Amino acid sequence: MRLHIKNGRVIDPASGKDGAGDVFIVDGKISNEGGKADKVIDAKGLVVAPGLIDLSARLREPGLEYKATLASEMDAAVAGGVTSLACPPDTDPPLDEPGLVDMLRRRAKSLERARVYPVGALTVKLQGEALTEMGLLADAGCVAFSQANVPLADTQVLWRALQYAATFGFSVWLRVEDAWLAKNGVSHDGDVATRLGLPGIPAFAETIALATLLELVRATRARVHVCRLSSAGAVEMMRAAKKEGLPVSCDVGIHHVHLCDRDLGYFDPNCRLEPPLRSPRDRDALSQALADGAIDCVCSDHTPVDEDGKHLPFAEAEAGATGLELLLPLTLKWGATRKLSLAQTLSRITAEPARILGTSSGRLAAGAPGDLVLFDPQASFRVSAEALKSQGKNTPFIGYELQGKVRATIVAGNVVYEG
Amino acid sequence: MQRNPQLNENGELQHLLSIEGLPREILVQILDTAESFAGVTEREVKKVPLLRGKSVFNLFFEPSTRTRTTFEIAAKRLSADVINLNIAVSSATKGESLLDTVANLSAMHADIFVVRHASSGAPFLIARHVKPHEHVVNAGDGRHAHPTQGLLDLFTIRHYKKDFSKLTVAIVGDVLHSRVARSLIHGLTTLGAPEVRVIGPYTLMPAGVEALGVRVFHDMKAGLKDADVVVMLRLQNERMRGALLPSAQEFFKHYGLTSDKLALARKDAIVMHPGPMNRGVEIDSSVADGPHSVILPQVTFGIAVRMAVMSIVAGN
Repeated sequence: MRLHIKNGRVIDPASGKDGAGDVFIVDGKISNEGGKADKVIDAKGLVVAPGLIDLSARLREPGLEYKATLASEMDAAVAGGVTSLACPPDTDPPLDEPGLVDMLRRRAKSLERARVYPVGALTVKLQGEALTEMGLLADAGCVAFSQANVPLADTQVLWRALQYAATFGFSVWLRVEDAWLAKNGVSHDGDVATRLGLPGIPAFAETIALATLLELVRATRARVHVCRLSSAGAVEMMRAAKKEGLPVSCDVGIHHVHLCDRDLGYFDPNCRLEPPLRSPRDRDALSQALADGAIDCVCSDHTPVDEDGKHLPFAEAEAGATGLELLLPLTLKWGATRKLSLAQTLSRITAEPARILGTSSGRLAAGAPGDLVLFDPQASFRVSAEALKSQGKNTPFIGYELQGKVRATIVAGNVVYEG
Repeated sequence: MQRNPQLNENGELQHLLSIEGLPREILVQILDTAESFAGVTEREVKKVPLLRGKSVFNLFFEPSTRTRTTFEIAAKRLSADVINLNIAVSSATKGESLLDTVANLSAMHADIFVVRHASSGAPFLIARHVKPHEHVVNAGDGRHAHPTQGLLDLFTIRHYKKDFSKLTVAIVGDVLHSRVARSLIHGLTTLGAPEVRVIGPYTLMPAGVEALGVRVFHDMKAGLKDADVVVMLRLQNERMRGALLPSAQEFFKHYGLTSDKLALARKDAIVMHPGPMNRGVEIDSSVADGPHSVILPQVTFGIAVRMAVMSIVAGN
């Protein structure tokens, strides 16, 4: 099977290449060789780029099918141009047994949409007490180990988990939030929370936990990816940690580079996120850090929530926002405000997360997986619940006018979405 | 920016959810209307027919005696039918969702929902889902707002002090958890009170409270100096857990209002309290029952203020 994509503006963020050209996919892989194609796609007016890689997207299976299903969310992924995604272990039951991981991978594969990379639970049932069988989970296909949004309060367990992971070279992906300081909190501890009468989570809940984690990385040399930074203080700590040469990387959720606690408005439950949206200064620091590389990449942190979970008073509403289908336009919007080139912008959702995931995708080099997104960077659209393929309609961006529409998504040389 | 959800297209009060964001004119309209109702409560026949044929549902998801009772009296004096629902012990425990409860009551043809809820913002959620002719009055939501209490506090202050433009108001105690304090602060700043102070330990001050337009004091004596109005907040016993305070006795030593401390305020200062009071915790009996106290008149004014609010929203 040979696929030829012609007339497009080809952007390879990994090499910085940006220009008119052809892309060939032969037997599922990017190829330099032209020749007679079985199928030709005319990409006139479109950007041809590596498919997006999202380091955090919840698919809600197993166990949480009332919020979303694998089928609905895999449709959402490819509609958003996402060809690879890592799913956190906070399913029900959590991904803490090889059998569950195996089943998830097989079910995902049978849908023939995006590639799914399960992130295994770091501790049994995410309870923060006993270690999971990381070796067996890795054999079953886990690419890293995490606690999702469940706090690991016991620092001795955290230390042991990092030691064990370091022994075998496993990556540990962790959010940083001191469980005690965050107790009962639902919003950034600042003047907005004070006005709205919402229990706050101070920014130092993040920096204190990050300081602990960085000390443990120094001690164990475990490979750690810090997930969903939310504060300016944490950004500076990550900058220093990288300069020191610690084996760390980090990401930010796409909502947090655009929104802040002011956007809660009159208790908008769609702005109830974990970590909480913080001050405008924090948001600006996150946006800047994503541009200058202190933050490696951005993810959707896709969290479909059903209406019952959001039609509640703010503090009782379930946290999270749907994001797979908005990752591309929101990242383009971020790149435009930062005056970055398209190649630089796209690297945060292609080459950079690929590096953290340890895959050869996210680039257009010969031999790389034939995963592409073809999008119209000028086409604008209004975000509406009806148009979202995800079962979760929960996004603070409903009604926003965004630019960047996916026209086709290709995984391993197969067109899996056309819009 | 979203439209203020308590105002209709004409900028009139559709719901009363928070004092924050209400224009000065609406606050004055409520206070003036309450003034006109104050007479009604003194009459032998204490009723006016403004809400005849209307149904007021008191929806209390959190227990309350005083606020619920004053709303009930206010609605009855407006000739409305009043239905009290103590949901803390009914639907919620059966697992019915907040919006389902409201939808069911709406099907019974409610006109006004008076809502008390432990979660900040709950009345906003309800207001977003009621029918256009229905009105929501917030009777206290979490730590967020208690607008009718704030209004009755403003009414009381105006009654005794006439003019807000020269006043120093000191609010003392558990500001962190107080919806009463938040509502009063917004009301005072909207009506032009030049100095609003909050007094309490760091543990009971919310982050960035200065942004509400107040000065923060931790020393009660300094904070009370030359105050025209002293508002004491209720301190709940559970604050002694959770490492906010060591004991009620120690709180009283630093922040309890005694005659000695009150002497630092102006000679004609008034002392207010939203009730219920903890004598010997935030206020000494000699002050609570003393000549500066206007705590019981506050309760009486509360009825007129709630009549004003319900008649105004029902008329818009």
